[in-house]
Amino acid sequence: MTVTRAPAETLSVLDRPNSYIGKTVPRPNLDRLLQGRGQYVSDLELPRMAHVVFLRSPYAHARIVAIDADAARRMSGVIAIVTGCELEGVIAPWVGVLSHLKGLKSAPQHAIAVDRACWQGEAVAAIVATSRAAAEDAMEHVAVEYEELEAVTDMRTALDPATPVIHAALGDNLAFERILDAGDVDHALSDSEVVEAEFVFGRHTGVTLEPRAVVADWNAAEARLTIYQGTQAPHMVQNIAALHLGLREAQVRVVCKDVGGSFGIKVHIYADEMATYALSKLLRRPIKFVADRVESFNTDIHARDHRCRGRIGVRPDGTITAFEIDDLTGIGPYSMYPRTSAIEANQVVNLVGGPYATANYRARARVVFQNKNVMCQYRAVGHPIACSVTEGLVDLAAAKIGMDPVEIRRRNLIGDDAYPCASPSGMKFEQLSHHASLAKLLQMMDYDALRAQQAGLRARNIHRGIGIASFIEVTNPSAAFYGVGGAKISSQDGVAVRLDAQGSVICQTSITEQGQGSESLTAQIVGSVLGVSMDRVRVILGDTDNTPYGGGTWASRGAGIGGEAALQAAKALRQNILDVAAAILQSTPAGLDIVNDSIVNVDDGGTPRIELSELARIVYFRPDTLPPGVQPELMATRHFVPRQFPFAFTNGVQASWLEVDIETGFVTLLKHWVVEDCGTIINPQLVDEQIRGGVVQGLGAALFEKCIYDERGQLTNANMADYLVPMSGEMPDIEVGHVVSPAQESELGAKGAGEAGTAGAAAAVANAVNDALRPLGATITEIPLTPQVILTALGRI
Amino acid sequence: MSAPVPVSLLVNGEPIEALVLPRLNLADFLRESLKLTGTHVGCEHGVCGACTVRIDGEIVRSCLMLAVQAEGASVETIEGLSDSGEIADLQAAFRERNALQCGYCTPGMLITAQDLLKHLPVPDRQAIREHLSGNYCRCTGYQAIVDAVEATAKMRGERPA
Repeated sequence: MTVTRAPAETLSVLDRPNSYIGKTVPRPNLDRLLQGRGQYVSDLELPRMAHVVFLRSPYAHARIVAIDADAARRMSGVIAIVTGCELEGVIAPWVGVLSHLKGLKSAPQHAIAVDRACWQGEAVAAIVATSRAAAEDAMEHVAVEYEELEAVTDMRTALDPATPVIHAALGDNLAFERILDAGDVDHALSDSEVVEAEFVFGRHTGVTLEPRAVVADWNAAEARLTIYQGTQAPHMVQNIAALHLGLREAQVRVVCKDVGGSFGIKVHIYADEMATYALSKLLRRPIKFVADRVESFNTDIHARDHRCRGRIGVRPDGTITAFEIDDLTGIGPYSMYPRTSAIEANQVVNLVGGPYATANYRARARVVFQNKNVMCQYRAVGHPIACSVTEGLVDLAAAKIGMDPVEIRRRNLIGDDAYPCASPSGMKFEQLSHHASLAKLLQMMDYDALRAQQAGLRARNIHRGIGIASFIEVTNPSAAFYGVGGAKISSQDGVAVRLDAQGSVICQTSITEQGQGSESLTAQIVGSVLGVSMDRVRVILGDTDNTPYGGGTWASRGAGIGGEAALQAAKALRQNILDVAAAILQSTPAGLDIVNDSIVNVDDGGTPRIELSELARIVYFRPDTLPPGVQPELMATRHFVPRQFPFAFTNGVQASWLEVDIETGFVTLLKHWVVEDCGTIINPQLVDEQIRGGVVQGLGAALFEKCIYDERGQLTNANMADYLVPMSGEMPDIEVGHVVSPAQESELGAKGAGEAGTAGAAAAVANAVNDALRPLGATITEIPLTPQVILTALGRI
Repeated sequence: MSAPVPVSLLVNGEPIEALVLPRLNLADFLRESLKLTGTHVGCEHGVCGACTVRIDGEIVRSCLMLAVQAEGASVETIEGLSDSGEIADLQAAFRERNALQCGYCTPGMLITAQDLLKHLPVPDRQAIREHLSGNYCRCTGYQAIVDAVEATAKMRGERPA
């Protein structure tokens, strides 16, 4: 590990004796999941609970002429069959826009389609029955008469005058457009070699292994709705559910226990989830919805699906003079709610060229409506597009002037001593480490030896490639992401810490756990700061009734924001404990410390004075023995939100080593390396596993994953056999290294790590494939790099 | 839809008598009738491996089998394998190596890994990767799982017979 800054002169709270910070410790409570004793929403059953299934439009675009549910209503077990019109009175429609994305528009979306279905998979009726099987039986007897309408499917023609406008009231199919012009691109390109390419990104999705699931329980007697949902943002769900059901937030509780995969898929609110909340209120009983796999493919948000023309200017000495992009993406018929579907394209504009010192940058991004499933934010939002375009162009520029891909990066990456600085798109960088990261990567992969090996194998007609991709990554978002645009999505997080009557610690945090290790990092921070062993720290999360208010876990924010709140809360509690201890021990707070669960003397080498359990016993049961006027407060709450920087940017670099079979078009991934800089590392193992998991999702995008639509807007591979995700047999070992540039805005110094792997993996693979194919004269700027794509590029099919 | 039919089987060593609809698949029977929710349902078409259980010693996708087909069989689920202690070392290796994140694939992954280690006590990494290829994990990227299985094989090999 390389640390780019000298440590502070005094020891911080993170350097205390027996600190857990920077140490690999197993996550608490893993046995629950290892023994099959987790509590996923799909496992949950409540008294009087009914099940809902949704009849979904088979057409990409159709008018709903009539729905005849009479026969279905008479079937055994059926409780209710509800259409969009009937549910409209219970839950209000929504429009997915944010005011800071100027010009973004969308149409009102209903929980269940009213009059018209706008994508294949949009719900047109809800069937509620005593079991899911009974509901599915009845669904087959609901007759819907449709009038098929022309579907807008190709984003390239969505804005043509001849193409139908999906929402007439909006005037056209353009949801959002952003134009940026920084520096003098025309001048820069006029005296440079210019390389141009169109980069094509397949539409893909998250494929959480547990599908989306919700149990909504309206208690009419309490006038209160409890929502059990696998979500990354419980308070956001609370706010939205209350808003659209006409309730106060205090009338809605959101509980989130174990979540079977998320990756951004479960940070949104879906129409069928809204319908489930409303059905519970309408029918006055618990209603459960669990998507099946076909529904997951047809309704979980999709992502990417961009076509981006890029140009780069380069001088013979390798200086990159300008970047220019024209990005187009299709988002389905509605902008998602409440985070909107313009964020990904907006991020692409923000991030292209980001690692490089080039000042000249021009970009246009257009976001269009189409009759396909909705698109929105999925792990590493926009980054894989921006990184693949940028790094693809940089490699093409290097090839154009005959320079090694590493050398052109060395000559253009922002210097490690140039910070703080800003990108042409206005992104502020506090401290990045591109050069230190690249140097470390080259050492880890033994770049020169690998090049020699590649050349040797080439002579034997074995085509291997090396691909490098530098990247930047948005983490720890402030209110700049959503709050300023009017969305009630909190950018702050809160943590409450208390000492219980036996000297253990209970910690309630507003960040959530989907397997990243939120619980572990919180316990590690609290244990370290307090001087309490981790096995005495219990972390409670995922319950709006029982945690402070906060954003949750998304956009690589849990550790950096929730972790800092935990640190500050623990510091406050520690001070409160020492105040009480000083009163009990007739000492001073400054003369005491907490080490290994005991109050100790500071000045005599740490002689234990009193165990925390004894202190707690006195406080809770014998306060009569405390000096007059001492009122112990063995609970403390703190909140944190970044204010100085809109985002804490991280950076890193990835490399792929692979072999292309030019006869079959198959790519074999041999090895992958990542060096990344996420600031302070709380748990090295958890960080590395976030990186590896993220990389593999990026590798899936690079080689396999694509939602294949036909020209009528039918998703043709909505099952796990035809939609390919990475399997263990075809994934490489991934080596991870770190450079550490702590965030200065927080005492913890942590930035996010959950999305970095996904940001750069596909770019590294694409560059490696092109590196392997370069002597054969083929260049590919499209993912997934399927055998068909590769053989086509080689002219073999 | 036909009428319920009786089945009798052993589940985690416990005799079970039940009336089931012929169409009920084994995964739903385990989860909904017996409340053994450690058997997870990911795709319901036999691809993802989350619903893997052991039937008469062989691993099976319980979503692809009907409950009535388990008549007379001995079914073992993650709950049973955990309580018997048979895979305690494998579970410990998963914990140590953080070979799970969301945990949804984990029961199926453990049962499949145990199946490999029973048939091939010292598998190399590629053999582990191949054997686990029918069990999807979207969180870990697989490397930690491969490491944990490899470590368990090594520990079992060093254990006195």
